[in-house]
Amino acid sequence: MPIRCEIVSQDRVVFSGEAEMVIIPGADGHMGILPHHTPVLTVLNYGIITVRTKEDEQFFTVVGGFAEVQPDQVTILADAAENIVEIDIQRAEEAKRRAEELLTQEQSTTDQYLAIQSALRKSTLRIDAVRRYKERLRQRSSS
Amino acid sequence: MSSTREMRLRIRSVKNIAQVTKALETVSASKVRRTTQAVAATHPYAEKAWKVLLHLARQPGHHSLHPLLLERSEIKNILVVMVSGDRGLAGAYNVNIFRHTLQNCLNLPGPVSFVAVGRKGRDLLMRRHLKVIAEFSQLPIPFSYSDVSTVGRLVVDEFLNGNFDQVYLAYTEFRSMLQQKTVFRKLLPLKVEFAKDGKKSYNTSNQTNSVFTYEPGQDEILGEVIPRFTAWQVYEAILSSQASEHAARMVAMRQASDNARELISLLQLDYNKIRQQGITNDMLDIAGGAEALAQVES
Repeated sequence: MPIRCEIVSQDRVVFSGEAEMVIIPGADGHMGILPHHTPVLTVLNYGIITVRTKEDEQFFTVVGGFAEVQPDQVTILADAAENIVEIDIQRAEEAKRRAEELLTQEQSTTDQYLAIQSALRKSTLRIDAVRRYKERLRQRSSS
Repeated sequence: MSSTREMRLRIRSVKNIAQVTKALETVSASKVRRTTQAVAATHPYAEKAWKVLLHLARQPGHHSLHPLLLERSEIKNILVVMVSGDRGLAGAYNVNIFRHTLQNCLNLPGPVSFVAVGRKGRDLLMRRHLKVIAEFSQLPIPFSYSDVSTVGRLVVDEFLNGNFDQVYLAYTEFRSMLQQKTVFRKLLPLKVEFAKDGKKSYNTSNQTNSVFTYEPGQDEILGEVIPRFTAWQVYEAILSSQASEHAARMVAMRQASDNARELISLLQLDYNKIRQQGITNDMLDIAGGAEALAQVES
């Protein structure tokens, strides 16, 4: 029996479909969710969600939010999420450079500082995710 | 009757006004489109969030799970968040939400303070000498969740500090271009049951009676989730209000343009009449002069 998996970010549905297994970055480490999992409500970390379907495997970056696990479904309410194939690596690198540069300068408010820091973490995560998983996707498709 | 010169001036000034209203109408039309897209984009998240909340509400003893869910026995102070526009020229939009809010406030069981979102709303409240504890205005268009999450945070903090025992939310729900509905509803303590028989009825998983495991801990996660839902509701309300505001402005400006056009054609008619009258008078003078001259000569 597959699990119904839905990943929604604040402005759109990122993924919706059936999955064999879903791996999410929970607050206390990664959780692999198989069908008939006990109900869980968890906070999400910065990280990567892996959705394993019958045919393939898809990866999503996720930035905070939470996930609700029911025996037959996983609902992920992310603050921001995107499919790895959608990530523009050049833009992410550009954003990372910019954030790093801004961090070296003095910031007027803590809010601003936090915003830049989260931007930096976000772009670092994107770059990491793309590097790690695009390679894997390519290998699988060629083999 | 006024002179042709005056009439020309009046026609020109009405034409100028028509041009301004026409421009405002076009601007609002594009803003409506953008904000309604944003409203539509929030639906999937809102729907899922409600579902999670519903599941939470079915947990045994959910009322004591988190202070934001707890109904207080004594209601001493009430906070109302009123969402209005920053600017006027939107027909009855600002007045409607204000009137609706005041009407509902009469039935509340305690002294009311306000949080005003939008400058017009603040002005209206201040004019009535009502207590406004905070104001949020000049939101960017389109604004993002982080722009307004402070409103939600403020409300949650005030509620948890015990400064207020109930929080209400007054906003304008966007139904369609021509229809916007003013809404006044309770925000805190969070009441989940109304989602079942209210307009939002979502099919939920049938195996929801089992008890959740919370990770990291129950308090941490509820402390994260429930304030976020509250802030999210405020965000949705503001978004919907903004769409309504632009729609109301667009309709108002279209009416103004139509009126101006009508006025111009009336004025033009009058102007033509006066001009014709002038010409007739001149002709009469000349004819009369010629007649007199002919009589003298003969």
